[in-house]
Amino acid sequence: MGLFRSMRTWRKRSPLVQLLVSRVWQGIVTLVIVSILIFWATEVLPGNAAYAVLGHNASPAEVHSLEIQLHLNRGLFAQYVSWVAGVLSGHLGTSIASGVPVWTLLKPRLVNSAVLAVAAGVVGATVAVLLGVLAAARKDSKLDDAVSGFALATIALPEFVVAITLVILLSTVVWHFFPGVSVLAPGTYPWNAPKLMILPVAALVIIVVPYIFRMTRAAMIEALESDFCEMARLKGVPRGRMLLVHALPNALPPIVQVTALTFLYLAGGIVIVEEAFAYPGIGQGLVNAVSARDIPVIQAIVLLLAAFYVVVNIVADVVVLLLTPRRREAR
Amino acid sequence: MTSVRKVGERGAKTQRRHIGPGVVLWRAARTRRGKIGLSLAGLIVAVAAIGPFVAPYSPTAFVGLPYAPPSTAALLGTDTLGRDVLSRVLEGGWVLLIMAVAATTIGVALGAMAGITAAYLRGAVDTVIMRLADVILAFPQLVFALLLVSLVGPRLWLIVLAIALSHVPQVARVSYGTAAGVCERPFIKAQELNGVRPHRIMIDEIFPNLITPIVVEFGLRLTFSIVVMAGLSFLGFGQPPPAPNWGYMISENRVGLAQNPWGVVVPAILIAVLTIGVNTFGDAVARVAMGAVGRRSEIALVGSGVGVVDGSEETTTVLVDAGGVP
Repeated sequence: MGLFRSMRTWRKRSPLVQLLVSRVWQGIVTLVIVSILIFWATEVLPGNAAYAVLGHNASPAEVHSLEIQLHLNRGLFAQYVSWVAGVLSGHLGTSIASGVPVWTLLKPRLVNSAVLAVAAGVVGATVAVLLGVLAAARKDSKLDDAVSGFALATIALPEFVVAITLVILLSTVVWHFFPGVSVLAPGTYPWNAPKLMILPVAALVIIVVPYIFRMTRAAMIEALESDFCEMARLKGVPRGRMLLVHALPNALPPIVQVTALTFLYLAGGIVIVEEAFAYPGIGQGLVNAVSARDIPVIQAIVLLLAAFYVVVNIVADVVVLLLTPRRREAR
Repeated sequence: MTSVRKVGERGAKTQRRHIGPGVVLWRAARTRRGKIGLSLAGLIVAVAAIGPFVAPYSPTAFVGLPYAPPSTAALLGTDTLGRDVLSRVLEGGWVLLIMAVAATTIGVALGAMAGITAAYLRGAVDTVIMRLADVILAFPQLVFALLLVSLVGPRLWLIVLAIALSHVPQVARVSYGTAAGVCERPFIKAQELNGVRPHRIMIDEIFPNLITPIVVEFGLRLTFSIVVMAGLSFLGFGQPPPAPNWGYMISENRVGLAQNPWGVVVPAILIAVLTIGVNTFGDAVARVAMGAVGRRSEIALVGSGVGVVDGSEETTTVLVDAGGVP
């Protein structure tokens, strides 16, 4: 009882703990519903997984034997429970197309995608924040106009247009600087072949920069126009110090949010960029699995992406809270 | 300087004249951005609409060797199977355009309905709708479409439905934010006391107040629809192969870039100009609409495009703390 009461007061005291508890709880609920949806969709919708694998003109005998292999003959709830239990203990099932355990198939791809996404995210966020601060500091200058115009144009470009433009410019028609496809030999990791990484990373950076840039610029302009920056200006604070010490920290929360959204976006955008460069990540794995109707692999990748979404959201909320003094203090 | 701006803002906010969507679109079309966006998008729509009638060959006819360079017979050369690139380009846009508009319309309509219903009825309905929206948000748009396609096969109606559904959460959040404010206003309470049915209040009283934000949202969502739809085609999950399609042309003609780049370059340019045009016009509309309600916040404007500003209380607090939305 005493412990319970102290936990309650503790929760009341710290907004951080409060936020963490509610967000983690919400995240778990979301993931449970997502898993039900994925499961329901893949098992129940037209025909079932067996038909999805064999095609709609499969003979009933074939379907029946595959149903037994996939445990489709058991009750739905039992199937769901055994699937979730498998996922939680790290057994994601066996790929139908290749007969290899899904995890063995996905692990190297996951590493490759993570390297690609993190590289693109870090480079993209750095470039975008730098440009955003510069553009806001020199609002309406030629630099600002040029970068803002470029951002407005590229923000709307589909990923594959960016990728194919890079291939045309840098690896086939115009120049031949980089390889146009980034096929990693099995067992090779991306850090062993940095040259192959350049174009995919560049494509993702070009896609990601406009979003973060526009938000940084907007948030910095609003911060610079605020009363406390006016005050600092009147006090004669040097320009650089004003930008980095007075304005930037106050502009950070929306920038963090948009960066988090960008990472979430990368989870989807990576599918097309990986496919465009034949880069062996989970995005390409998903496209292959969809073509082959490899249900266990599809289930695993979609669930992984949803979990990634939930985690990134929680991290972003916590970072925003830590960056915002007024909300950090107990209310 | 600062104080003047603040007073001006507050003044504009208290007056808050209601401006109809027609006026917003008209004013947006007269800004520089609006003109650029509208003419770029209009150009591509014209190509897609008139193209099928002026194409020199059938899009599936073989007119020469694969990847033949441009000649007088085939102005843009031939593609991977020896078909005329120009004819396929002229024929390959209208399906994409119609599907994108359909998906956006359905998605925005469903999203607005969900948002208004949740905001007006509150309680359990609110929780269920907004929770479900969160769940759909956990799937990246393209992945959501791929998941559905993997189950039913690449059917056009399914792709439209998948993309429409993936728009619903963001639109629902935006309309929820606006509708929640409208629901508090006295005229809603008055209608309730008059005994007007809830669905009539939602349709006749609340919805008209949301038309302008919904139009703004439509522009943003249309860009995403085109991008995702062309992306699906690029991956090979759009129209089935012999049909010409800008997205799929890019991937099927990639191998022959060195021999005849036009089969890739022209569709890529058309898609790029289309999305840039639609997005630029959407941006112009958003700017005019925000200015009209006195919310000249750059953060809110930029954020609405990517989903940072969604009317949820959490985000608004953050933005207010950051000196954002008034």
